[in-house]
Amino acid sequence: MKTVFRRPESLANVATHYCPGCTHGVIHRLIAEAIDELGLRERTVGIAPVGCSVLAFNYFNFDFQEAAHGRAPAVATGIKRGRPDLIVFTYQGDGDLASIGMAEIVHAANRGEKFTVVFVNNAIYGMTGGQMAPTTMPGQVTTTSPAGRDVNLVGYPIRMCELLASLRTPGFIERVAVHHPKYIARAKRAIKQAFKYQAENRCFSFVECLSTCPTNWGLSPLKACKWLEENMMPYYPVKNFKTPEEVGSNSQALATDEPRRPSAAPVREPAARNHGEASHAG
Amino acid sequence: MAKVLMKGNEAIAESAIRAGGLCYFCYPITPQSEVAEYLSWRMPEVGGSFLQAESEVAVANMLYGAAGAGVRVWTTSSSPGISLMQEGLSYIAAAELPAVVVNIVRCGPGLGGILPSQCDYLQATKGGGHGDYRCLVYGPSSVQEAVDLMPLAFDRADRYRNPVIVVGDGMIGQMMEPVEFRRYEFPPLPSKDWATTGCKGRKPNVVNSLYLDPAKEEQLNIRMAQKYEKMKREEVRYEEFWTDRPYRVLLVAYGTTARICKTAIQKLAEQGIEAALLRPISLFPFPEEKVYELGQRAEWVMSVEMSMGQMLEDVRLAMGRTKPVYFYGRTGGMVPSPDEVVEAVKLHLERK
Repeated sequence: MKTVFRRPESLANVATHYCPGCTHGVIHRLIAEAIDELGLRERTVGIAPVGCSVLAFNYFNFDFQEAAHGRAPAVATGIKRGRPDLIVFTYQGDGDLASIGMAEIVHAANRGEKFTVVFVNNAIYGMTGGQMAPTTMPGQVTTTSPAGRDVNLVGYPIRMCELLASLRTPGFIERVAVHHPKYIARAKRAIKQAFKYQAENRCFSFVECLSTCPTNWGLSPLKACKWLEENMMPYYPVKNFKTPEEVGSNSQALATDEPRRPSAAPVREPAARNHGEASHAG
Repeated sequence: MAKVLMKGNEAIAESAIRAGGLCYFCYPITPQSEVAEYLSWRMPEVGGSFLQAESEVAVANMLYGAAGAGVRVWTTSSSPGISLMQEGLSYIAAAELPAVVVNIVRCGPGLGGILPSQCDYLQATKGGGHGDYRCLVYGPSSVQEAVDLMPLAFDRADRYRNPVIVVGDGMIGQMMEPVEFRRYEFPPLPSKDWATTGCKGRKPNVVNSLYLDPAKEEQLNIRMAQKYEKMKREEVRYEEFWTDRPYRVLLVAYGTTARICKTAIQKLAEQGIEAALLRPISLFPFPEEKVYELGQRAEWVMSVEMSMGQMLEDVRLAMGRTKPVYFYGRTGGMVPSPDEVVEAVKLHLERK
């Protein structure tokens, strides 16, 4: 008998706590498949966020660290700088990444930290019970925007891919959706590509997954998929925003983007420093 | 090795490197930025990792990540920056990770000023962040002692799987003194078999501080409390000064203030007033039994600090109601002179 479908080794054989119709399970599986296919499981460290996926460390079959709210990119930076041989990814929701962790994600991306970010955008705070997120759609009703998000008071939803793609440092940035098999196949390719770039020590890689939250949206799983497609996808286009090849292939277009290096005194070529006694450790 | 003249901040940096602290994250803040400046070129030389982060909040969480992956990691900062690190330190303590944090204390609260102070004593010794935890805290009183305490701090952080804080006031960081980098020997450390180093050949490791089951969270708190009790038994460090002769007054002071007190005690002796000093080196665990024991031989005890009276609370706890406990302190970046301490002692003697 031929096996046509099985649980990836990187996925733990346990039931999750996620609500029926939630897309976290889909994304977990895509990550596990990508890591298995690239043979990275035994040197992977995942970083769980604060939010619905706070218990993600129970659902994967490799090493994990649990981070403080929004700090996963800093935790990942610490691991990757200390142990560059490890494969590190953060798994973060929209409150975690786009609100409290905005500084950490922007600077990790800008430094070109060579880890992977899986960003789950469902336009709402899930675990705390459906409050407004930085990615909540205009007019969307949440427990802290009962009359719908008023953009005159709290601004428009933040588009993280577009924001990060404006950074000069090379990286891989793509937005995908996971509400439909057609999009799930594309999401799988993007997630696998993101890990591949990391395994090759190429660049920072970031995949935003447009996701549903039937419970806090107050919709059936099926209607939630339709809501995502009709409301989120026009504002959050599903596409690739940045690939590391871009800098080489479009060098002409980006020529003016290259910051000028100051020519005066503050620029120094790396040179040996004289520090007398202290030059030999131990 | 011969002695070299070094600024405190740079000596701390060099000592940490020699102790294997080869992964360092930082954010600039006066009066300790020389540590980062030194390490920015020194770390690449020794094959270590240096990163200037976007904030102290990020630094503390970088410590958490690297420590969780089994890397010997540390940072330095000063008071307002240390406040920002408290989130990460609480998580580091809860996940039982080793990390060394040096606080070159400046005066506060708020933005305060950049001059020396000891106003972070309570923050350092009583937890600092949220939750039920303690850090092992050392308070060096010279550049040499700061150099000597760094290898000990790394060793104890690993041994206890707990954050260790080295509290130096701005004076320790900024002054130049001759130092010698010695060889420090420690017993072998247990292997870091809990670290997230990739699960090859073993079950996955998880570095975590989330316990939704109250019974398990309580178990963690009890285990951590047992660790702190062990520290109280085994990690108390102090220096006695002139306690081998009769004294009427016992001063208790640490760091720079202890040096000032030594001069004051000599000046008091010239005036026929006998005083002695107990200098805590470990601020947590506090040498409470020694304070009590030495305090019983004095008429009264005085805590001398660059604060409005923080260690004073620990001195009072140690003494109970057995003897009067007085306080003398300067703050806001004002450093007490030996003569001021002499006058403070005489004032209380005259009152009696």
